[in-house]
Amino acid sequence: MEYALIPLLPFAAFLIVGLGGHWIKARAHLIAVPAVLGSFLLSVAAFRQVAGGEPIAIPLYTWLASGDLSIQLGLAIDRLTAVMLILVTVVSSLVHIYTIGYMHGEKGYARFFAYFALLTFSMLRLVMADNLHQLFVFWEAVGLCSYLLIGHWYERQSACTAATKAFLVNRVGDFGFMLGLLLVWLVFGSLEYKTVFAQAANLSGDTTNLMERFGGTWSVSTITLICLLLFTGAVGKSAQVPLHVWLPDAMEGPTPISALIHAATMVTAGVFMVARLAPLYSLSPVAMDVVAVIGALTMVLGATIAVTQTDIKRVVAYSTVSQLGYMMMACGVGAYAAGMYHLLTHGAFKALLFLGCGSVIIALHHEQDMRHMGGLKDKLPVTYWTFVVGSLALAGFPLTSGFFSKDDILASTWSSGPLGQVLAVLGLITALMTAFYSFRLVFVTFWGTSRVDHHLAAHIHEPSPTITMPLIILAVLAIVTGYLGIPAFLAPVFLNEDGGADHHGAAGMGIMLVATLMGLTGIAAAYLVYVKSPGLPDRLAQQWRRLYDLSLHKWYVDEAYDRSLVRPTFTAADGLWKGVDVAVIDGAVNGVARVVAAGGSLLRLFQSGQTQHYALGMALGAMVILTVFLLF
Amino acid sequence: MNDLVLQTGAFPWITAIVFLPILGILLLFAVGKSRDRAMKWIAFLVTGADFVLSLPLWFLFDRSVPGMQFAERTSWISVPPIQYSVGVDGISLPLLLMTTFLMPLCVMCSWTSIQTRVREYLTVLLVMETAMLGVFVALDFVLFYIFWEAMLIPMYLLIGVWGGPNRLYAAIKFFLYTLTGSVLLLVAILVLYFQGGHTFDILALTRGEYAPSLQSWLFWALFAAFAVKVPMFPFHTWLPDAHVEAPTAGSVILASVLLKMGTYGFLRFSVPMLPDATALFTPVMVTLSVVAIIYGAYMALAQSDLKKLIAYSSVSHMGFVTLGIFILNAQGIEGAVMQMVNHGITTGALFLCVGAIYQRTHSRQIADNTGLAGPMPRYATLLVIFSLSSLGLPGTNSFVGEFLVLAGTFFWSKGVAAGLLSIMHASVNQLIEQVDRGDFTVADRATGERSKDRGRGAGAGTEVASGQGSVKAVSTLATDHRPLTTLFYPSTTHPPRTTDHSEPTRNP
Repeated sequence: MEYALIPLLPFAAFLIVGLGGHWIKARAHLIAVPAVLGSFLLSVAAFRQVAGGEPIAIPLYTWLASGDLSIQLGLAIDRLTAVMLILVTVVSSLVHIYTIGYMHGEKGYARFFAYFALLTFSMLRLVMADNLHQLFVFWEAVGLCSYLLIGHWYERQSACTAATKAFLVNRVGDFGFMLGLLLVWLVFGSLEYKTVFAQAANLSGDTTNLMERFGGTWSVSTITLICLLLFTGAVGKSAQVPLHVWLPDAMEGPTPISALIHAATMVTAGVFMVARLAPLYSLSPVAMDVVAVIGALTMVLGATIAVTQTDIKRVVAYSTVSQLGYMMMACGVGAYAAGMYHLLTHGAFKALLFLGCGSVIIALHHEQDMRHMGGLKDKLPVTYWTFVVGSLALAGFPLTSGFFSKDDILASTWSSGPLGQVLAVLGLITALMTAFYSFRLVFVTFWGTSRVDHHLAAHIHEPSPTITMPLIILAVLAIVTGYLGIPAFLAPVFLNEDGGADHHGAAGMGIMLVATLMGLTGIAAAYLVYVKSPGLPDRLAQQWRRLYDLSLHKWYVDEAYDRSLVRPTFTAADGLWKGVDVAVIDGAVNGVARVVAAGGSLLRLFQSGQTQHYALGMALGAMVILTVFLLF
Repeated sequence: MNDLVLQTGAFPWITAIVFLPILGILLLFAVGKSRDRAMKWIAFLVTGADFVLSLPLWFLFDRSVPGMQFAERTSWISVPPIQYSVGVDGISLPLLLMTTFLMPLCVMCSWTSIQTRVREYLTVLLVMETAMLGVFVALDFVLFYIFWEAMLIPMYLLIGVWGGPNRLYAAIKFFLYTLTGSVLLLVAILVLYFQGGHTFDILALTRGEYAPSLQSWLFWALFAAFAVKVPMFPFHTWLPDAHVEAPTAGSVILASVLLKMGTYGFLRFSVPMLPDATALFTPVMVTLSVVAIIYGAYMALAQSDLKKLIAYSSVSHMGFVTLGIFILNAQGIEGAVMQMVNHGITTGALFLCVGAIYQRTHSRQIADNTGLAGPMPRYATLLVIFSLSSLGLPGTNSFVGEFLVLAGTFFWSKGVAAGLLSIMHASVNQLIEQVDRGDFTVADRATGERSKDRGRGAGAGTEVASGQGSVKAVSTLATDHRPLTTLFYPSTTHPPRTTDHSEPTRNP
């Protein structure tokens, strides 16, 4: 029962800091940091208990009872949840500490910590859910926190737009999720994982007629339908194609947010969800293939865009999109443990990279364009070395954590069948691009001659220990997480799956070699292009203008959405309002009134008040009646 | 007669609650003509007392009984037999509580904004309260009709006297539009009287049997009255006009209570009295509801005036209520009742927010009101909470109703209906986002400066307080829904007669 405190501690911090922020102000971290550290310690305890034996279940209360359907809330911790708890609380604690230095003296300091604590609470409840409904509620709650935190600097138009965009794009996905949820409720009569998983196997042949009410027939497999609807939510939350557009824009928020929400925790919720629902997904080969292909597309697209971006946070953001694609692809080929493994290692090294970016940005007084950087490695040694460690892990350099997890994904994908082999090849090519852009970032930012503004250059120094200490810890984690045997620990959750890449035999070894080669080639290429021959990037960009523009403008996806969805919607709304609502419907209402009024004025003419008119009327009337009477 | 629990000898709760505001009017006239502040206090205390008086019903209400409780019945006119007969069941009790809860807030939000004809204004508000409460508790058709029509006059005055620049047009439009619908209601009541055994007793009439063809006629007659009130597409155009011109309290009452009269009518009369016609016309009603949901959302998207935006979003949200009612399963009807109460709280709160902005910046245009989070942080927080509630975010009150209605619809048809709903819902979200964006962007506009000066004006305290009251309601209703569902569960699952209570079919 004490494990219920894991989410409740941050929630209490949220309430105290949120309601008392006016008085607490710059002391907010004194409440938020201990609360998150407390959650971390409890998570460790929970982890040990789960590792030693049975999963933990904590029933809470009945949320809703309608008809004979009811929804119970509760917490559950199994091995999958336990590792997520550790990830969330570790990264959250470190980012909380980092924030003390990063947001020092900023307006809205207390508000920032309040939302941070709320986010941690929501994320913890999300991973601890024992039913789909709770998953959905906190799924939306983390989306809300993301919205609030991206819009932290609400004076900036760009931040507000980015926040709104993130929220809306997420909601698009979430409605798929909600429909999936309702379908689960309808089919299984319950939203609890246990019940749903237990019954799912009996349902594999079941079909749903989508056109039932309309007299038609359009039957699809129920399980596939459920999985695909739920996956829509994951596409939104985990920034998969085609709903990836919000994540890079979300970089408008302060950097600690990018590290916590948009790298390590929230965006991984989609991958977590697919892994959590593995018993459902495994029953639908179609849904699995869709997941794998979407994941692979995201992986390639993210990497191709990251290659040309110049804002350091955007490079890292697109690399996040790409890495999330890897994880999703792994889940799609059934290698859930590999996907989760990469999720954890990525959580460490990507948080590290983002916090490193933040350190650079703070040192340069909020400069984010890497064209105005360069030569920082001597001035920011701690940031530089930790950043290199993070980049090596991202590039899949041998013996870093990213190397093991990425290799695990690629080997599992390769061995999963013909589709898997195609996807694995894509994964290898992406690995090359990944290594290239991560070291492009390192070389352009930290090496070469300084392109920093002269006024700034003299004052650059390493930020405070609250910033560097989390970097060092994360750098250690970025290596160590590769040696903890995570896949083997997770394997029992996904019953019919093996533990790691070493079971794949000769093919596995081959993949490992090629992947290593790709990583090294990418790093070498970045070195050649950005260190050895400084003029080369521009010449290449000139030569491949079309491709360069395509990548620089993010494949024009935003523009396409704007033209095909956003603007037509507003135009249609405006047109409907003016053309139908005002002109036709209200016009008819006013028209009726006008006809009645006009009729009244016409009739009024007869009421002239002159006796002779009335006498004439009487006489005419009498004549008409008489005529009718005589004729008929 | 086991669908009625008479309260013989006990305290006449309902009568006391309904007529307490009238007593307040006498007090208003007892103080000096120019003592505006004292009169506002009287009105506030009377409405507050009414709320306190209505609270015990929540606890005394027997949740296991499906019929009317706290009923009172006295003969009023012997020929034709018209009775003073009132009572509440699980459907009317939450609406009654919502009304008594909102009225003190309406007085509070008028504290500084109403400076002319204060006594008359407060009188109108109090008359309004009695009439609205009367509609929800009446168990005699004539009594019901009297209260129903009595609502129109104070609302007409509220818009026409204390309204905006175009108030006369809006007031007359509102009055004539709703009156036209009500006339057909009167015809239907008379037909029911002659066909249903010469009685105006609503419960007796509900138990009666009517020929299917007659039911169809009656259904459309009732539809005319209720659909205009809801308002259902395409009878909604009076609503934006009325909202834009009405003073804040008027908008709150309109959105929170008056719109519920229509859906309450459907739930109380159309569905149980005319089961065959209801079954026959379900496709029409569902179609109109879905159109209202999508169309209202699109309309809201096109608005730049905050009040119009919320007005059109009400059309959309009320579409959910009618949808829930006419899909005729337990989830749908329960969701509809939840949505009625929650829409009342949330939309009422949003109108309070708009009133507060308008008083400071003298503009309701979104573009003129950007950047309020700077000078008015608490206000911005409240507005965000209500906006989120309005878009039905899980964790807020509105989510539950919408979730149940969607679930009910899903059980009714797994296919395209649900797809349609998802599309429209995306639009609803967008519209509310517009408010947020307006609220959160600071672009150093002149109004931002102006609002800074006025932000801490005299009325701010009462307004913040009224907002906080609503927040409390939003949060309590969001976290635990059992009180409300258990309350109306017996009534929604055993209304005297509904055609089809098909529970969703489930696989093993």
